[in-house]
Amino acid sequence: MMKRIATGLMAGAALIVAHGGAQAATEINWWHAMGGELGTKLEEIVAAYNASQDTYKVVPTYKGSYSETMTAAIAAFRAGEQPDIVQVYEVGTGTMMAAKGAIYPVYKLMEDAGKPFDPSAFMSAVVGYYTDTDGNMLSMPFNSSTPILYYNKDVFEKAGLDPEHAPKTWAEMEEFSRKIVSSGAAKCGFTTTWMSWIQTENFSAWHNQPIGTLENGFGGLEAELTLAGPAQIRHWGNLKKWSDEGLFQYGGPAGAADAAPKFYAQDCAMNMGSSAGRAGVLANAKDFKVGFGMLPYYDDVEGAPQNSIIGGATLWVLQGQSEEEYKGVADFFSYLSSAEVQADWHQFSGYLPITNAAAELTKQQGYYDANPGSDTAIKQITLNEPTANSKGLRFGNYVQIRTVIDEEFEKLLAGGQDAEAALKAVDARGNALIREFESANK
Amino acid sequence: MQTKRAIFPNKFLPYALLAPQLAITFVFFFWPAAQAVKQSFYKEDPFGLSSRFVGLANYTKLFQEPDYLNSIGRTAVFAISTTGLALILALIFAVAVDRLIRSRNAYTTLLLWPYAVAPAVAGILWWFMFNPTVGILPYMLDVVGYDWNHRLNQTDAMILIVLAASWKQISYNFIFFLAGLQAIPKSLKEAAAIDGAGPVKSFFTIILPLLSPTSFFLLVVNIVSALFDTFAIIDATTAGGPAQGTNVLVYKVYQDGFIGLNLGSSAAQSVILMAVVILLTVIQFRYIERRVQY
Repeated sequence: MMKRIATGLMAGAALIVAHGGAQAATEINWWHAMGGELGTKLEEIVAAYNASQDTYKVVPTYKGSYSETMTAAIAAFRAGEQPDIVQVYEVGTGTMMAAKGAIYPVYKLMEDAGKPFDPSAFMSAVVGYYTDTDGNMLSMPFNSSTPILYYNKDVFEKAGLDPEHAPKTWAEMEEFSRKIVSSGAAKCGFTTTWMSWIQTENFSAWHNQPIGTLENGFGGLEAELTLAGPAQIRHWGNLKKWSDEGLFQYGGPAGAADAAPKFYAQDCAMNMGSSAGRAGVLANAKDFKVGFGMLPYYDDVEGAPQNSIIGGATLWVLQGQSEEEYKGVADFFSYLSSAEVQADWHQFSGYLPITNAAAELTKQQGYYDANPGSDTAIKQITLNEPTANSKGLRFGNYVQIRTVIDEEFEKLLAGGQDAEAALKAVDARGNALIREFESANK
Repeated sequence: MQTKRAIFPNKFLPYALLAPQLAITFVFFFWPAAQAVKQSFYKEDPFGLSSRFVGLANYTKLFQEPDYLNSIGRTAVFAISTTGLALILALIFAVAVDRLIRSRNAYTTLLLWPYAVAPAVAGILWWFMFNPTVGILPYMLDVVGYDWNHRLNQTDAMILIVLAASWKQISYNFIFFLAGLQAIPKSLKEAAAIDGAGPVKSFFTIILPLLSPTSFFLLVVNIVSALFDTFAIIDATTAGGPAQGTNVLVYKVYQDGFIGLNLGSSAAQSVILMAVVILLTVIQFRYIERRVQY
């Protein structure tokens, strides 16, 4: 046994030596938050890049959840040990953008490295979220998704509904849910993941309603939340009503850990979740057929349906590295946004294709025909050209504001306040957080 | 209190022997603590690019913040319930085990097991049992007509973390109580029995007073551990929710600092917590260790 360990150690040492010898390539560090199968796929993509050339070597490191990855990168930056690239979730965008001395904007990086870079090649709904007011791209989109509706075709059939007809409006959601519950086909009509992202932010964009001043915060740090609009109040009020009637079941804060299990266990007939969850949904829905639909809307709200907004993460480049490394980052980004790589990533994960070319390629390859429902997300996010209300949002301290949204919604469900009071409380508490952020970033 | 004096032939040897421990204490305790104190007077962006001295603003803001005041209240409820439950149950177990003769060791071992479980694992265990969707306990409570949902009901959530935290603490308290009970001279109990005192009477008039040093020691230790050592349990079960219902002080430090990246406020909160633990330690050493005697 000891001998075997010793041999192993020696082999390891030899490997390190051999590795060190071949280290002519410039190393580029990439901290990411993709665990599980997505992480494996990410490593495959990187390995393919490393094999394609020998000037640069990208080293991906998994740093845990999105917030852990971001915190780790910030701590590393303060200690002068930052990676070249870090993957940051969309709600961290405000924080990254405000840190002007810490980030190297992607449009500038590509320009300085002399790499061809055309922002219009990217999907506008994706890029809009990450550009400054002058239309410059600050970070590199990598994994973006948008919420869609998943429904249980078998339960629909049992309840006497047409399994090929996904509910289009909230009126239909209510009607279908009532039929499902009263017929005993399932215990509840629908549940949802991400109360904040889906039922508040996306809901507002989808109905072309603002959630804040200054173009949802894109215009500057002085923006304020205005979530307590008539459409949002109506929707939150309905969710509370439907929750009391048993048509809707709440799945928990943030990503709603209980929502997907409720759907898989056929307790709830419908679930709203990220399009990137498609593979997971299909793998878990063993006993029933899954249908896909766009998010429902209120057909009497003017402007609905507009387009949905994204979630997910982008790649930020951090300051303080050598020019040689930045050249490598630019080269790697060109590779990463190529149609082939993007189409492969999109088809594997369910994340959106970042470029129009990747979407086109996927279509040509016949993927959407072979996998019905896989293009729902793209159709929904590109339904209309984004407006000021539907290109995304950018507020400081948004990570905490998401928590505030969950908390006030929970208070509403528990019966402590009505929908208007809940959304007004979100505005008040959220604005305090935004002011806090503004004063820290002056 | 007794003092021990060791005589060292070499003047520098004692200091050299102390040096490694002092170095560790300095690097891992004093230096970060000093950093926290300094940070609490500044307002800073997460990357440390711009930093502004704001005096006591981080502190004054905290005490105007409803969330922080709420957190203080929740912490009090949590610490008192956890400590009370863990002490009383541990004492009952200890008294019960103390009466056993042959099976005492077996029970002692069984009762100690939970202490060996990592807090995060303990949290996950309770989270599973109480999960509103897949848990066994909500299912059983449903039969008796109680709709358990710690995702929405703050009281349910508080009960969950109190149970999870005290479950682990019971083992620790149990072993101290058992040792304390075994240190009580048999003659006292026998004398009481001869005088006609029943088991209840002798428990309250003889055993409990004689256990008071142990009880007070455990009281302080339990409060400190409920305040500071329960992060993993809360993170694994309720993550401070619903609607801040279980967001105790130590968890709020983490949420504001590591997730919210509001470093100044988070530092101020940890300085306040540091003051609380210093105060508790002083109380323990100054008053309790001296006054509680028999």
